[in-house]
Amino acid sequence: MKIVIIDYGAGNIQSIKFAIQRLGYQAVLSKDPEKIKAADKVIFPGVGEAGSAMRKLKESGLDKIIPQLKQPVLGICLGMQLMCAHTEEGDTTGLGVFDINIVKFTTPVKVPQIGWNQITDLKSSLFSSVAENEHVYLVHSYYAPVTSQTISKTNYGGEYSTAVQKDNFYGVQFHPEKSSVLGEQILRNFLSL
Amino acid sequence: MLTKRIIPCLDIKNGRTVKGVNFVDLRDAGDPVELAKLYSEAGADELVFLDISATEERRKTLADLVLRVAEHVNIPFTVGGGISSIADVDILLKNGADKVSINSSAVKNPDLINELAGKFGSQCITVAIDAKQINGEWIVHLVGGKVPTTLNLFDWAKEVEQRGAGEILFTSMDNDGTKDGFANDALAKLSENLNIPIIASGGAGCIQDFTDTFKIGKSDAALAASVFHFKQIDIQELKSALDAEDIPVRR
Repeated sequence: MKIVIIDYGAGNIQSIKFAIQRLGYQAVLSKDPEKIKAADKVIFPGVGEAGSAMRKLKESGLDKIIPQLKQPVLGICLGMQLMCAHTEEGDTTGLGVFDINIVKFTTPVKVPQIGWNQITDLKSSLFSSVAENEHVYLVHSYYAPVTSQTISKTNYGGEYSTAVQKDNFYGVQFHPEKSSVLGEQILRNFLSL
Repeated sequence: MLTKRIIPCLDIKNGRTVKGVNFVDLRDAGDPVELAKLYSEAGADELVFLDISATEERRKTLADLVLRVAEHVNIPFTVGGGISSIADVDILLKNGADKVSINSSAVKNPDLINELAGKFGSQCITVAIDAKQINGEWIVHLVGGKVPTTLNLFDWAKEVEQRGAGEILFTSMDNDGTKDGFANDALAKLSENLNIPIIASGGAGCIQDFTDTFKIGKSDAALAASVFHFKQIDIQELKSALDAEDIPVRR
């Protein structure tokens, strides 16, 4: 299986590569459109600020490539947010794969949310063998509201989407590569799609 | 519900855990990776590696260690100790650290917080603050509590938040090593004044201390070293006890 992690200079890609390695697979880091298109599974990571990450995507032309992909694609954290229509962070237009506008958490909750929270209303084969209310690791200040594309919800001052799906595109707000055994199960599920 | 985090802290010198760790069931208790794996399997929510080496090669040694930890450990970890530039942070994050912790370098050059938060995002920038009380006022200290500054803890913490830190790790030098509990009054005040997560550090001696810092100190996370390293507190037992007190924890 060819697994490509999109390497556009905005993500904790080493950790994702290692997590996949722990599952017995080898992933390739690449920003080459041909390699990405030829992959069986594509992982789109992202850490940092949305505006600058989006600029890096555009510089490499990947903003045009990613929405056209036909194989399973998993956006992680900021990767998921950039796959949405828009994010409040830096008033940034996203890739528009998901019809979702990302907004910032507001008081009384602390921002960023850092730590382990529960996932509920699980709706996709991405969550095969994952029980309701299990904990995943999250670090973020902006979130996806609940929509028809939501496949997992979490409560932090109200319910929001911790995972979304449209066709072959999946996005998770949490970090499966840092979510212990449960995160490894979710990554394994993605690789089995 | 967002859970309260339990964070073992590992002191690292020249790529090895420093003496004072007592794990008979580890092949090599001096190997931070072995210890980190053991803690993640025991239910730790996060790990902190605090580098206390003072050698020329320390940066490379630490970066190599971070890469090895990221390869083998499936929970988040923070790296601190001697970090003072964007280049320092860049290599640690690239090698797989989830967060970095800065302390003295932030006091000496507060703009560093803005620069790091702007470049890497607030979520991966933890500012560690060591403080102790002098004539009833909480004063920020440097060099492990040895050198007092002119900064008031609460003013500095507010400034740190405004400059873009994602989290504060507060160590009370008055409580550190006492095993008499965390500095819950100061922690509660920090939590009320600020809108970013606060990690309590210094003073953990028994399970009740953790209950108190989450209930009275309003802490978001609690960090400890020796009570875990010497197995005075088992993480699963600790979490069961917290759960019984209706404190949300990951089980």
